[in-house]
Amino acid sequence: MNSTSTVVVTRRSKSLADRGRELLGRFGVHLFLAGFGIIFALPLYWLFMSSLKEQSEIFKVPPDLWPVNPRWMNFPDVLEVIPFWTYLGNSFALVVWSTIGALISNTFIAYGFARLNWPYRDQVFILVLATMMLPFQVRMIPMYIAFHQIGWLNTLLPLIVPSFFGNAFYIFLLRQFYRTIPMDLSDAARVDGANELQIFWSVVLPLMKPAITTLVLFEVIFTWNDFIGPLIYLRDNDRYTLSIGLRTFFTLYGARWDLLMACSTMFTLPMVIMFFFGQRRFIEGITLTGIKG
Amino acid sequence: MNTNRSNLMWAGIFVGPWVLGFLLFTAYPFFASLWYSFTNYNIVRDAEFIGLYNYEFMFFKDIVFWVSIGNTFYFAITLVIFGTIVDIFLAALLNRKIVARATYRLIYFIPVLVPTVASSLIWIWVLNPQRGIVNYLLEAMGLVGPNWLGSTTWVKPALVIMAIWGSGRAIIIFLAGLQEIPRHLYEAARIDGAGPITVFRHITLPLLTPVILFNVVVGLIFSFQAFAESYIMTQGGPANASLFYGLNLYFHAFENLRMGYASALAWLLFMIIMFFTLVVFRGTRRWVYYENE
Repeated sequence: MNSTSTVVVTRRSKSLADRGRELLGRFGVHLFLAGFGIIFALPLYWLFMSSLKEQSEIFKVPPDLWPVNPRWMNFPDVLEVIPFWTYLGNSFALVVWSTIGALISNTFIAYGFARLNWPYRDQVFILVLATMMLPFQVRMIPMYIAFHQIGWLNTLLPLIVPSFFGNAFYIFLLRQFYRTIPMDLSDAARVDGANELQIFWSVVLPLMKPAITTLVLFEVIFTWNDFIGPLIYLRDNDRYTLSIGLRTFFTLYGARWDLLMACSTMFTLPMVIMFFFGQRRFIEGITLTGIKG
Repeated sequence: MNTNRSNLMWAGIFVGPWVLGFLLFTAYPFFASLWYSFTNYNIVRDAEFIGLYNYEFMFFKDIVFWVSIGNTFYFAITLVIFGTIVDIFLAALLNRKIVARATYRLIYFIPVLVPTVASSLIWIWVLNPQRGIVNYLLEAMGLVGPNWLGSTTWVKPALVIMAIWGSGRAIIIFLAGLQEIPRHLYEAARIDGAGPITVFRHITLPLLTPVILFNVVVGLIFSFQAFAESYIMTQGGPANASLFYGLNLYFHAFENLRMGYASALAWLLFMIIMFFTLVVFRGTRRWVYYENE
């Protein structure tokens, strides 16, 4: 009570000088945000602008800041220079299957940790979290050798199958959401004679839509971007995903910056569009869990 | 009794997939790579047990290993210091209630959505010594831009700048941390006549330490695992100046096919990551302020 009245008093007694200082402060904030904003936006501007340049214009010194004749044909041209549709198809298959796997396994597993009581549950959950400390590089070599021995190299299987067995990061994320759903709902259903699977499916899962959206966004972006996984496991050009395909394109046509930038634009755009649709959930997921590499 | 057994059964159904995945994709590679790290193994011939030789070679005979350690620390420390300063600064500005805040936030976040392969190509092109926009702008300001990725001095700073460009995720986390700081503290400070710098030093910064700590640990771990950028942009060059830990490990595993030695490198990486996590969390009590304590 006391402090509120003090604030009111100070506000009322705000002098003209104070107001001037505040305005100046606001201007300063805009100046810095816009200045840094231009620096942050510059590489993407350069990307898009280069993707519209003609091959001859790309190498002009000093460079043009905007193409003289924007050349939109660079985009269809990419499709002729590299097997873009093949790469896209592989990326698409990888993204869809991994997301299905992550969705099924993690909603299931996290439910077991959040809404069922069993001995040593919390100790086992600590083990789940501990697996996050094990770097990919430690798993990489034995998994490569194992997949080599069962003949899965050069297929998408080593990249897809593990996603059907849960992932510590998603289990943690979903568990946080599951715990916010009142236990009374489950108990009521249990009294009505529903078994755990029915409760999971028809009582709890429908309330998990925001968390599921977050998971799908993260998994799609992660698998679409993944580089080292496909690099290790895929050998032949017709098996490549877009990320490996784009890098191959660079090693073969390192000077065609018009087409490389057009292809990079096409590779990036789906992620940006997806982000616009799921922005809120995405940001929420980041702040809730801290990271996602 | 009966409910206990049915609880156990349901726990098995829900958590079972994780247990299976844990055994196959975490526990197995964990022990297998430890075993490989004591062998000489190139996949083609059987693994040959050589005791601690890989570790001995690493520490006492492999100069390139020490070069990669030096590069990685240089990169990690520079990134953590400058990245943290830039990210907190931007988050503090974005936390102000100003017009176009959402647009600013979007500008700083979009680089996160650019797939690594695309961002690597973009930055090769942006940093092109003659035709890139960075040196063009430096020249316009009367400066001579360096040879960036082709220079042993500038290649690491270039990769740090690129990493800060893509650090929008950390900005979001800092922003969330700033929003958790109770408003009344700021109001009280203002009444006491504290200026913006005093407020930042004595309220914002101390209350933000848990988030800073988190981002520092993540930054260090990220630096030690970083791979794709240097692989695509420089292949570790020039003269090993950008040969980072993760890249060196990959080269040993998949280009030299020295799986045993690479496993030893992977295990050391695991130790380093554990060490960072533990040391920093132990140091927590010293310099991190937690509100609940």
